[in-house]
Amino acid sequence: MSAQVVAEPRPRHLLDFQGWSEGRLNAILDNADTMLQVLDRPVKKVPALQGLTVCTAFFENSTRTRISFELAARRMSADVVSFAAGSSSLSKGESLRDTIETLTSYKVDAYVVRHPASGAAHQVARFSGKPTINAGDGRRAHPTQALLDAYTIRQEYGDLKGRRVAIIGDVRHSRVARSNAELLTRLGAEVVLCGPATLLPRELASLGATLTTDAQQAVKGAHAVMALRLQTERMDAGYLGSLQEYIRDYQVNERLMERAETGAIVLHPGPMNRDLEISADTADGPRSRVLKQVENGQAVRMSVLYHLLVGRG
Amino acid sequence: MNAKASILSADELRRALTRIAHEILERNKGAEGLALVGIHTRGIPLAARLAAKLHELEGVEIPLGRLDITLYRDDLSEIAHQPLIRETQLNFDMQGRRVILVDDVLYTGRTVRAALDALIDLGRPQSIQLAVLVDRGHRELPIRADYVGKNLPTSRSEVVKVKLEETDGLDAVELWELSS
Repeated sequence: MSAQVVAEPRPRHLLDFQGWSEGRLNAILDNADTMLQVLDRPVKKVPALQGLTVCTAFFENSTRTRISFELAARRMSADVVSFAAGSSSLSKGESLRDTIETLTSYKVDAYVVRHPASGAAHQVARFSGKPTINAGDGRRAHPTQALLDAYTIRQEYGDLKGRRVAIIGDVRHSRVARSNAELLTRLGAEVVLCGPATLLPRELASLGATLTTDAQQAVKGAHAVMALRLQTERMDAGYLGSLQEYIRDYQVNERLMERAETGAIVLHPGPMNRDLEISADTADGPRSRVLKQVENGQAVRMSVLYHLLVGRG
Repeated sequence: MNAKASILSADELRRALTRIAHEILERNKGAEGLALVGIHTRGIPLAARLAAKLHELEGVEIPLGRLDITLYRDDLSEIAHQPLIRETQLNFDMQGRRVILVDDVLYTGRTVRAALDALIDLGRPQSIQLAVLVDRGHRELPIRADYVGKNLPTSRSEVVKVKLEETDGLDAVELWELSS
């Protein structure tokens, strides 16, 4: 599939989906097809970003996302410098601003930022003045995860329009759920957010998604079902009664999937707690596209880097 | 831009391709082991037409591929707009084959350089030859075509427009002047 012509000026950053047109979002997904082809070649590398330096600045642990971004940048021939907060001068009290300004002085051309605080990626974009990709900030957004999820669903069904996607679990604390609800609805899918009432803030309906506390209802007729990671630390905060109740009512398993469309797929942003939010047999079964998501993640991130950085001059 | 001259009519274009097909057969002593790879956009229909001619002449089915060189361009950091990536499709093994790269116009040579890099990343052909419909000069790299439909000395203020049935609805090569 070839990318559509996207005539409008492109956004400088990918912090969330504000300023990103449906045409450009679709072009990112279209170009990910080409990037997957590159990953299948004997030489898994193209020179498109040669001479550019991308910094992965991770102020919160995430080996998978960091490796996915670093490989994506390297496959495009960018140099990559990696920064982990735990082993940096942040632990000596250096501010985020000083850290980013120092890195920018080393001629970093673009940033990929993961941070526990919502809005931190915006700050990095402001402090550095360089193209910045949000790799997850607090509870707010995780746009490349949503793009790779959308791509994985599109890969299965050819189009997102008219598809029903159920996202089940701790919606309240999930930036993945927020970004997915926003992106998938914009690309024409019907999104249902589902979880216990304590973990399902009503304001998320403003993203265009339907909210329900009934998982059976959420999954009914779904083409894709996404389980969110259950953050067991939420138990202590009183959000959940008991794990057994949660598993009974919200675990994505074969019994629940019987309500979905025939051939419906199962997604999970990872890392998975098998037999908690998702049953082991479903996680590893034929419906599961979890490893496909990981593979697609690298291609989608290559496409995002291409759209943000190529031809910047 | 203003139209200046007609360079090739539909018949002349067809004859130029027929001549290139004969030259390919002569130089390679037949069509065995050949493959044709068209460079996006107009190289693709030109490669398909050459493949059809070679089939007509020799009765041999020549493998056909399409190549997008966007990710290999060396001017990506200098251009204001963002090039679109199109499909690369090579459904044959290049190992040991004589690959003929096909494009419509040869100008600075940068597209061909990028195409060579892209092809070599995709496999290891025995050799790569270059066929172009028009060579308009102004090379910036030491690249020359093995097969040329029409040598056309031009100035840098001129534009060569190749129009093909498959992409433009008619066959023609025209010379245009960039308006100042």
